[in-house]
Amino acid sequence: MSPYLAPLLGGMLLGVAATILMIVNGRTAGISGIVGQLLNGSKWVEDAAFVLGLCLGPLAYAIVFGTFPNVQIASSGALVALAGLLVGFGTRMGSGCTSGHGIVGLARLSPRSIAATAAFLAAGVATATLMGALR
Amino acid sequence: MSTISLFRALTALVAGLLFGFGLSVSGMVDPARVLGFLDIASGNWDPSLMFVLGGAVATAVPGMLIQRRLAKPALGDAFDLPERDGINQRLLIGSVIFGIGWGIAGFCPGPAVAGLSIGMWGIVVFVVAMCAGMIVHDRLVSAGHDSLAIGETE
Repeated sequence: MSPYLAPLLGGMLLGVAATILMIVNGRTAGISGIVGQLLNGSKWVEDAAFVLGLCLGPLAYAIVFGTFPNVQIASSGALVALAGLLVGFGTRMGSGCTSGHGIVGLARLSPRSIAATAAFLAAGVATATLMGALR
Repeated sequence: MSTISLFRALTALVAGLLFGFGLSVSGMVDPARVLGFLDIASGNWDPSLMFVLGGAVATAVPGMLIQRRLAKPALGDAFDLPERDGINQRLLIGSVIFGIGWGIAGFCPGPAVAGLSIGMWGIVVFVVAMCAGMIVHDRLVSAGHDSLAIGETE
């Protein structure tokens, strides 16, 4: 089995999930947007339900495959906290993240999302490559 | 709670579950896999993330084309779509700040929130810090234009 089959199939499930949320509820499956709105208190039942489902995803994976998905965190606690602050701030300022801009926005051919995705991919590659060289 | 609200919440639950399951299958809940893609000089580059994003976008395109032909969603009065500003500094600077944070630890919002149920302290630290960053932005930095900050999702 190709090592890229699971990433491809997993990615396709993300597209199906985004389609369901859009066609049925009329909402964009953007995680930073949904979490941000939850923190601001609007539409909270729906947003809380989505976040709960999202958290249950790895549990469902564990039930189906008998093991939790692999997670390895190489960064120190301080770096993880710094990364979290930047990701939270940046996704709200830029109105989206890998899901809202990267999946839904690209699928809608939104010029804003194409620009945002290019910007965060470029910054992510530059940062990770620099950090990798320093390690 | 009205019947419509109940079914909307159920739809959100199912969509969230499918999203979290998909992230788990894709391998992207693992920040090491994400960094394996973003670090292009590691000598051991992992293109998986491209397949995830490609599969997701390709599958979402038909859904978004159907959306354009519909007057309203199945359970709602209108599509909640961002129809605002063009490409501006706010969008680009925010996205670059997000990208830097993403490149530092390999976490973005979806995989981090989904990963909470795996029970690792590093993920909890990330999500708490991420929420703090969101609150700092929404309450303090963009306090001057509340309507923009609260209504925004993409």
